[in-house]
Amino acid sequence: MNYSATVKGKNFSFGNLRMLMAKASPRRAADELAGLAAESEVERAVAQQLLADAPLRLFIEEPLIAPERDEVSRLILEQQDTAAFVPIAGLTVGGFRDWLLADSSDLSALAPGLMPEMAAAVSKIMRNQDLIAVARRCRVTSRFRNTIGLPGRLSTRLQPNHPTDDPRGIAASILDGLMYGSGDAVIGINPATDNLENVHVLLTLLDEIIRRHEIPTQSCVLSHVTTSIELMRRGAPVDLVFQSIAGTEAANRSFGIDLAILREAKAMAESLNRGGAGNQVMYFETGQGSALSANAHHGVDAQTCEARAYAVAREFSPLLVNTVVGFIGPEYLYDGKQIIRAGLEDHFCGKLLGLPMGCDICYTNHAEADQNDMDNLLTLLGVAGCSYIMGIPGSDDVMLAYQSTSFHDALYLRQLLGLRPAPEFEDWLERMGIFDGGNRLADNRFKAPLLSNFSGLAGLPS
Amino acid sequence: MTDPWFALRRFTQARIGQGRAGCATPTSALLEFQLAHAMARDAVHQPWCVGGFAEAMAAKGLQPLKLATPIADRERYLQRPDLGRCLDQASREYLQSRPVKAYDAALIISNGLSSAAVDKHGLALLEAIADAYSRCRLSLGPVCLAPNARVALADEIGELLNVCVSVIIVGERPGLSAADSLGVYLTYAPRIGNTDAVRNCLSNIRPPEGLSYQAAAAKLAYLTRQALQRGLSGVALKDDMPDNWLESLGQD
Repeated sequence: MNYSATVKGKNFSFGNLRMLMAKASPRRAADELAGLAAESEVERAVAQQLLADAPLRLFIEEPLIAPERDEVSRLILEQQDTAAFVPIAGLTVGGFRDWLLADSSDLSALAPGLMPEMAAAVSKIMRNQDLIAVARRCRVTSRFRNTIGLPGRLSTRLQPNHPTDDPRGIAASILDGLMYGSGDAVIGINPATDNLENVHVLLTLLDEIIRRHEIPTQSCVLSHVTTSIELMRRGAPVDLVFQSIAGTEAANRSFGIDLAILREAKAMAESLNRGGAGNQVMYFETGQGSALSANAHHGVDAQTCEARAYAVAREFSPLLVNTVVGFIGPEYLYDGKQIIRAGLEDHFCGKLLGLPMGCDICYTNHAEADQNDMDNLLTLLGVAGCSYIMGIPGSDDVMLAYQSTSFHDALYLRQLLGLRPAPEFEDWLERMGIFDGGNRLADNRFKAPLLSNFSGLAGLPS
Repeated sequence: MTDPWFALRRFTQARIGQGRAGCATPTSALLEFQLAHAMARDAVHQPWCVGGFAEAMAAKGLQPLKLATPIADRERYLQRPDLGRCLDQASREYLQSRPVKAYDAALIISNGLSSAAVDKHGLALLEAIADAYSRCRLSLGPVCLAPNARVALADEIGELLNVCVSVIIVGERPGLSAADSLGVYLTYAPRIGNTDAVRNCLSNIRPPEGLSYQAAAAKLAYLTRQALQRGLSGVALKDDMPDNWLESLGQD
């Protein structure tokens, strides 16, 4: 089907729905690099008008990437629940935006009926405030050793990375994070190397710290899924299985994964029964531009590819999904404005599709962005009801060489918006004397037993 | 102003124990962060004096082979990663016209996102790799210098040189605590169009805080030998290197 319109005597024509989606996307470097972006602001605005008139059911009838050649497309069509789709089945993309904004109730029942492309399409014609207002009404909770995503709560991933995976350095950053009230989403290390023995040592370190101090949280070493599988075979204490995922089969292949390997890993981790509050064992990371980076986007814009990755994620009922929004660099999201927009889009699409969505609010030093842009996105995502953010000592990841949000930033958001940690973790912080019972750091927290227990860096394998 | 556990910084460069002003970082910590960011920003845009590096190599008895991508300046390098993944016409024609000789591995060095990293650590890492390869009896082809390259340039160069394994050393993006970190990527059967799933990576090579030259070189030699033996690299090639593997080779 062709989409065309004439504005002030100039004709604009878009060959298919895929091209229309790309041209209607708010400006970003990734689509410009791929040669998919609108060539003028007027072309973008016209594409948005035409997209608004497209019926939602068109995405079922006219898949953007043919299911015959892509297992993610097949998965999306299999997932789509006709009954849940009924309330919006007769709507256009524009009508869907109005419908979302007119209502004020919980939106979680809608998720199974929605295809990622529908969420992506409506996001393209929504303003930032729309993305915030609607995401706030999508409640998604998930459980392993605690409960993530309850109303009025904000969790944090404690990210204690070290350039050589030195256990003492990692333990020092964990102590710092815990003393600032961080770590209820997960204590998650990006290992400097995927060496099996190295990852095993880190898993054991995290397991001992969590058990010794009875911390109601979970651990993760963010190695490749096949590394986690091998280590589970060797009996390593794996709480969460991590994997980076993308929105096309070919992009996932560039990560060395497919749906089958994720199913295998999930089944193995579930069989360990290490949770307690629940058994949601998967932790996924995504980011706009990953499909383009692997030359595997099939002419689909970066934001729509990203939303398709959420179809992969929800197949595995994850504890956590994290869009690492500014991580790759300026060739995908050029500056603070593009990073902020993408962060809000990803959080909105993920939540609308029923995912426990967090955001690594971040930038690299070759992007036109700074910590002020991160403050803006942090505040906006706090209002939008983001499930969790990162906590890194002083925002500076000394291993991955980028900047994210700090332990301090989480405290700022807690105080500003009254957001509390996961209930089980909040109880623990109060029992430990780290929080004062009023969602604040306790004045005398330096007397907390945790600190003296850690002073020789206890918790380390001796 | 700092926290009682500030002394644990002897174990990490991470900004731990900063103390606080309410929920925020204290002023001195904030301003240190701003200065570090400014320095990292400047480091990204610093060009690489490849001539000086080539001379230093030659002085060590290593023959450089100078190649180029179609990228002329740092601005374009940042915006066009696709161009950083291919050779310019002259370099391509030169490699095509060269007599093909069989080597186990080719080595490519590029400034990538940090010219400072390759200037500070490049030559020493190169020497350590040459030494480790020779102890493993791996033959090393010409050492190629290619400014403003991305990792996948190793595919085109490796393919044209007809090597089994292509290795590229690149400057990693500058962070706040280190602007001089090198990464190494290994690809078995380098071909244009390979994806990252077939690469093995070593990162954070920047002694003394990061990985040492010797440790990186030993691991690279181990992975190269494994790749040659098994005919693959990437996610299927797990790093299961025993401690002191390289040292133990001589005792076999």
